[in-house]
Amino acid sequence: MSEAPAIEAVGLSRTFGKFTAVDSVSFSVAPGEIFGYLGANGAGKSTTIRMLIGLLAPTRGTARVAGHDVASDPEAVKGRIGYMSQKFSLYLDLPVEENLRFFGGAYGLEGRGLAARTQEILALTGLAEHRRTVTGALPGGIRQRLALGSAILHRPSVVFLDEPTAGVDPVARRGFWRLIRDLSRQGTTVFVTTHYLDEAEYCRRIGLMVDGRLVALDTPARLKETWVPDRVLVVRGKELTAAAGALRALPGVHAAEPFGAGLHLRVDPARWDREGIHSALVSAGAVEPSVEETEPSLEDVFLAVVGSAVPGAEAAP
Amino acid sequence: MEPALRAAAMAKRFGEVAALAGLSFEVPAGELYGLVGPDGAGKTTAIRALAGLLDLDSGEARVLGMDPRGGGAVREALGLLPQQYSLYRDLSVGENLRFFARLYALPRKVFERRAERLLAITRLDRFVDRRADALSGGMYKKLALAAALLHEPRVLLLDEPTNGVDPVSRRELWALLHEFVQGGMAVLVSTPYMDEAERCDRVGLAYRGQLLLEGAPADLLRGYDGEAYEVGGGERDLVDQSLDSLAAVRAVTPAGSRLRVDLSPGARDEVAAALLPLGASLRPVAPTFEDLFLSRIRGEAR
Repeated sequence: MSEAPAIEAVGLSRTFGKFTAVDSVSFSVAPGEIFGYLGANGAGKSTTIRMLIGLLAPTRGTARVAGHDVASDPEAVKGRIGYMSQKFSLYLDLPVEENLRFFGGAYGLEGRGLAARTQEILALTGLAEHRRTVTGALPGGIRQRLALGSAILHRPSVVFLDEPTAGVDPVARRGFWRLIRDLSRQGTTVFVTTHYLDEAEYCRRIGLMVDGRLVALDTPARLKETWVPDRVLVVRGKELTAAAGALRALPGVHAAEPFGAGLHLRVDPARWDREGIHSALVSAGAVEPSVEETEPSLEDVFLAVVGSAVPGAEAAP
Repeated sequence: MEPALRAAAMAKRFGEVAALAGLSFEVPAGELYGLVGPDGAGKTTAIRALAGLLDLDSGEARVLGMDPRGGGAVREALGLLPQQYSLYRDLSVGENLRFFARLYALPRKVFERRAERLLAITRLDRFVDRRADALSGGMYKKLALAAALLHEPRVLLLDEPTNGVDPVSRRELWALLHEFVQGGMAVLVSTPYMDEAERCDRVGLAYRGQLLLEGAPADLLRGYDGEAYEVGGGERDLVDQSLDSLAAVRAVTPAGSRLRVDLSPGARDEVAAALLPLGASLRPVAPTFEDLFLSRIRGEAR
C-alpha cells in the first residue's frame, strides 16, 4: 500500500474505571476501503468509533484518521469525517430537504454551494421524490438513507456508520448498501458496524472484536478458511430437532446446530458421508430431509470466533 | 377454544394512511407466531392494538378472549416489548430487573432464579452493575427483553426484539423463547430478520395493513414459485449492476462471496446469457424464506 492509510490505530485502548472497553487494538484501513467492525454487544465497537472520531480520548495507544491524530487534533479529525450514530439524529418535524440544508449549514456550507450539494445528496440517496416529506413520516429504511446523506454533506473522506441498518427491512437494507458501495467507489473510506452478517459480506475486510480485543482481521473469504475449515451442510425438512444429537455422533460430523428452520452441520471435508447423514436423519424421525452443501457464512465465522472466547472468563468489572 | 391472541379484521387509519386494512390472524397457546413485512406494513400498529394501546376503527383485538384495553386479568396475562422501551436510565442493570420484579410482585426466590438465568442468556451478567444509560443499543434491548420475560406472561408481544442484538445473543434469545413457548406461552413477534421468521411455528407476511401469506415456513417455501440461484464468478459490482437491469431478476442478496438471485419462473436462460460475457454463471439452490419474502413484496409493489 503506497497511499497513507485513511485510518490507523496502534495499540488503541480505553478503560472506564476498572473496565477495559477497548484493549490494545491495532489495524489500518486503506482509502476507499469498506471496513466492517463486528462483535457481540458490549465488545467495544462503539467505544472504538468514539475514539476514532475524536469524541473520546484514548487511555493508551494512538490513532490517526484522515491524516490527523485523534488525541492531539480531534477538531481536524471531526472536520474530515462523517458519523452516523446508532441513535437517530435528524429533526423529525422538518421536511427532508430542510434537514439536509440545516446540517449543511452546520458544516459551514452556504448559498449556492449548499443548494447544489443538497440537490446532489437528494439524488445520490434517491430521496428527491421525498424532498418535501416531513422526516418523521418516512419509513425507517428511507430515514437511514437521509441520515447517511446528512453525514456526507461536507464530503468527508472517511465515514463511520454505527449499526446503520438496525431494524431496517431486507429491501431497504439492500438499497442502503448500494449507497455505501457507491461512496466507496468514489473513494470514500467506510468504517461500518453491523449485526447483519449477510451484508458484512460487502466489506473488503472485517475485524472481529471479543471483549475489547481485536481477535481476527481479514477478508471475508480468508476469515472463513481460517475459522471454519469444515464444510457446512444445510439440512432442511420437518421434525429435525431430534436428529441433531444422532448426527453429531456420526464420523466426520463436528457440529449440528439449528439454523433458521433447518440444521447446519459442520463436517470434515474428507470424511463426511452423505448416505450416512441421510439415513441417520430418517431413523431419527426427520420427514422429507434434504442435505445441501454450502459455503460457510460469516455467521459461522462469528459463532466460531465469539464462541471460542469463554464468556465470563475475563475478569468482570 | 378461544385462541390466546385473536386479530379479527383489524382496521386503523392515521390520516391518509391505512396502517391496518383488515388484518386477521390467530395465535393459540404454545405457538410462536412471526409477523414479518417491510417498514410500514402495519406490524407495530397491530402489536399496539393487541396490547390495548390504541382504539381500532373497526375489527377486534382479543387476548385470551378479553379486550386488551381492560385492566386486571388481561394486564397480568400480557407481556409487551415495544420498539421504544423505557428503562430507568439512572438505575443499573440489576436494579432495573429488581424494579420490574417488584412491579409484578414476584417472590424474591423466584426473581433471583429467573434473573440469574435471563442475565446469563443475555450475557448481561458481567454488566449487572452498569447503569442503563451506559449500555450499548443492543445491550439495552436485551435488558428490556429480560425485563419483559421476568413475570413469564401467558401472552407475549415482541416488536422487533432483536434489532441491534448480536448474532450469538440473538440465537440464545430465540432458544429461550422456544422454551417458554413449549411451556405454553403464546408469543407474537415482529421481525425484519428472515432467518428468525423461519424459526417461528407460523408466520404471517404483512404488507399495507393486510396479510399476503400465512403458514408454517416450510409449507410456504414449498409453495414458492420462483427459482433461486447463486451467481459465481465475474466481478461482483459489474454482475450486480447487470442483474439490476434485468426485469426477470426479482431479488439479489449476498450469499457468502457470491450473489443469490431470485428469478421469475423460466427466466434462467435469459439471465445466464446476460451474465456470460461477465464471466459469471448460475447454479440452482434451495429457496429461503428471504427469497420468498423479497419476491412477494416486489410482486405486490409493481
